[in-house]
Amino acid sequence: MADFLARLGRSGLHWLALLGRASIFLFRVLSAQDAVVRRFRLTLIEIYSVGVRSLLIIVVSGLFVGMVLGYQGYITLVNFGATEALGGAVALSLVRELGPVVTALLFAGRAGSALTAEIGLMKTTEQLSAMEMMAVDPYRRVFAPRFFAGFLSLPLLAAMFSAVGVMGGYIVGVGLLGVDAGSYFSQMQAVTDWREDVLSGVIKSIVFGFVVTWIAIFQGFDAEPTSEGISRATTQTVVISALAVLGLDFVLTGLMFT
Amino acid sequence: MNDDRVADTPHVVVEDLVFRRGRKVVFDGLSLTVPRGRVTTVMGPSGTGKTTLLRLIGGQLRPDSGRIWVDGEEVARLSTRRLYALRKRMGMLFQTGALLTDMNVFENVAFPLREHTDLPEELIRNLVLMKLEAVGLRAARDLSPAELSGGMARRVALARAIALDPDMILYDEPFAGLDPITMGQIVTLIQRTNSTLGLTSVLVTHDVVEALDISYHVVLIAEGRVMDAGTVEQVRAGASEWSKQFLEGRPDGPVPFHYPGDSYRDDLMRDRESGNG
Amino acid sequence: MKLRYLEMSVGLFVLLGIAALFYLAIQVSNIVEYRDGDTYEVIAYFDHIGGLKVRAPVTVSGVRIGRVSDIAYDPERFQARVVLAIRSGQDHLPADSQASIFTAGLLGEQYVGLEPGGDFEVLSDGDEILLTQSALVLENMIGRVLTNFSSD
Repeated sequence: MADFLARLGRSGLHWLALLGRASIFLFRVLSAQDAVVRRFRLTLIEIYSVGVRSLLIIVVSGLFVGMVLGYQGYITLVNFGATEALGGAVALSLVRELGPVVTALLFAGRAGSALTAEIGLMKTTEQLSAMEMMAVDPYRRVFAPRFFAGFLSLPLLAAMFSAVGVMGGYIVGVGLLGVDAGSYFSQMQAVTDWREDVLSGVIKSIVFGFVVTWIAIFQGFDAEPTSEGISRATTQTVVISALAVLGLDFVLTGLMFT
Repeated sequence: MNDDRVADTPHVVVEDLVFRRGRKVVFDGLSLTVPRGRVTTVMGPSGTGKTTLLRLIGGQLRPDSGRIWVDGEEVARLSTRRLYALRKRMGMLFQTGALLTDMNVFENVAFPLREHTDLPEELIRNLVLMKLEAVGLRAARDLSPAELSGGMARRVALARAIALDPDMILYDEPFAGLDPITMGQIVTLIQRTNSTLGLTSVLVTHDVVEALDISYHVVLIAEGRVMDAGTVEQVRAGASEWSKQFLEGRPDGPVPFHYPGDSYRDDLMRDRESGNG
Repeated sequence: MKLRYLEMSVGLFVLLGIAALFYLAIQVSNIVEYRDGDTYEVIAYFDHIGGLKVRAPVTVSGVRIGRVSDIAYDPERFQARVVLAIRSGQDHLPADSQASIFTAGLLGEQYVGLEPGGDFEVLSDGDEILLTQSALVLENMIGRVLTNFSSD
């Protein structure tokens, strides 16, 4: 029992120290953000590798999720003879929840893990150390542009996910199942509020972008400099990001949709 | 400026350095000097923290106590800006080369120039080609770091380290894991870089023969302290028991063959007792 | 050229993201209502609002002219105070118009319907609609029917 408590205490302290390191790291990355503008070329490259290259998976997933929503929503609503409410159901699910959350999860898997692996490898092969010795600050040269790119890309990707999803729902609901096209969109507009639904969703995705990118970059930076260390850090990025996104989603939903 | 006096002041002075990593004491009162414009070799058994010493000199680690001066500036007390200014006058060659993997050879050598100068592209090209020519890899400029052998990567890293024309180069295990021919090339390169550019060179290595050939000054460290120091001749002639063992590579001596622990006999007996019980 | 490709693809990416946001704003949500911005507010008191929600439509003859902007309980009048935000363009509603709470379809959402009266004065910002009709509550209706039966 005492042994168990001791172990619990030790792992508690371990997590506390981890959180401390992560916060100091975040602070230093944020105070290096001037590099985002000064080294705009580097930022462009990172937006390309983090955002543009996640485009395909996000758009395709968004389309499928929208199609499934359209189908499932139709099956439920047809029992009440209320299939014209389909547009609202699809749009609200996407804009409020699925858009930000699923995009953040996919982003963590696609871009987050790549960021962790890349930075972990740079650490393992002493590239970060070499930069420091060449009087180049890795926070400005490596971390700041990547952080900004992730932070910017996720909200844009989430918006695309929701937009494509609405079209997916349209394809299935209107195209295949015969819901009236006019009522699909008018019902949607009637129940979806710009400020309370769309903007709240955007705020969610901004928060997720911040957190997921932070976790990904920090995990790479903090990875044990071995190949097992990198693979563990990559897994951790996906796991911790997923938990953080879902947990934060609950908190944010509670705060915003009262 | 009085050149003689400048040449006489040591480039690096380490005084009473104490450094711990966790509970392990890496350096326990280490003091040494590195003369200006010469090749100094720091030798010692594996795991004595030779690389750590280079990181302390470069300001990447801070000593627990004691002081390190480089070029008259105390490294641990410098502001980030001054530390970076000092590092621009310092090149470091990492054991693995530490080339940036997302750039080709040319861009790697150009990296410090692009980061720290606003030179026109044409001039950067000339400088990079000159540095690459010096290490014999001008033709390899379009290769990516993944396509290079260990020796080639180290030569590119050397070209990168001298790109900003530093006053001093720190070499971390430059001979480790190389075949004899490549090793010979690196030895020649270090020697040539030192004599033509008049740099201060600090080599950290356990390859005794190659290092002694090109060194002027030798420091032997073990157990966190300096065991012997002086010119190559002095160390060879003085020959304490410890340096004799290290320089001649005897398996046993002041540095024991066995990892410290209980005696073998006790260990065996205990095993039998527990087996019976 | 490589840099050009990079710039163009990132530019396209950002453009697509912004286009998606615009799509969500204009096609999916009700930003149109925010856009024609200026509204004036009139107040109506109801005994019972049923399931009326903030943002529910306000209509005249079935045409949407505004929305419910606030719902609160007034402890002095023991009634629900409903604020209707009506587009500034619709400034010709007679002062004696009647506000009723209706349900769209059997299970649909509830909305406020206005029936114009005959007064020459018109409703303006801050005015109160005096004639109101509460929402129909199913239980009350059934109860009334039952008492009618028993009294017969």
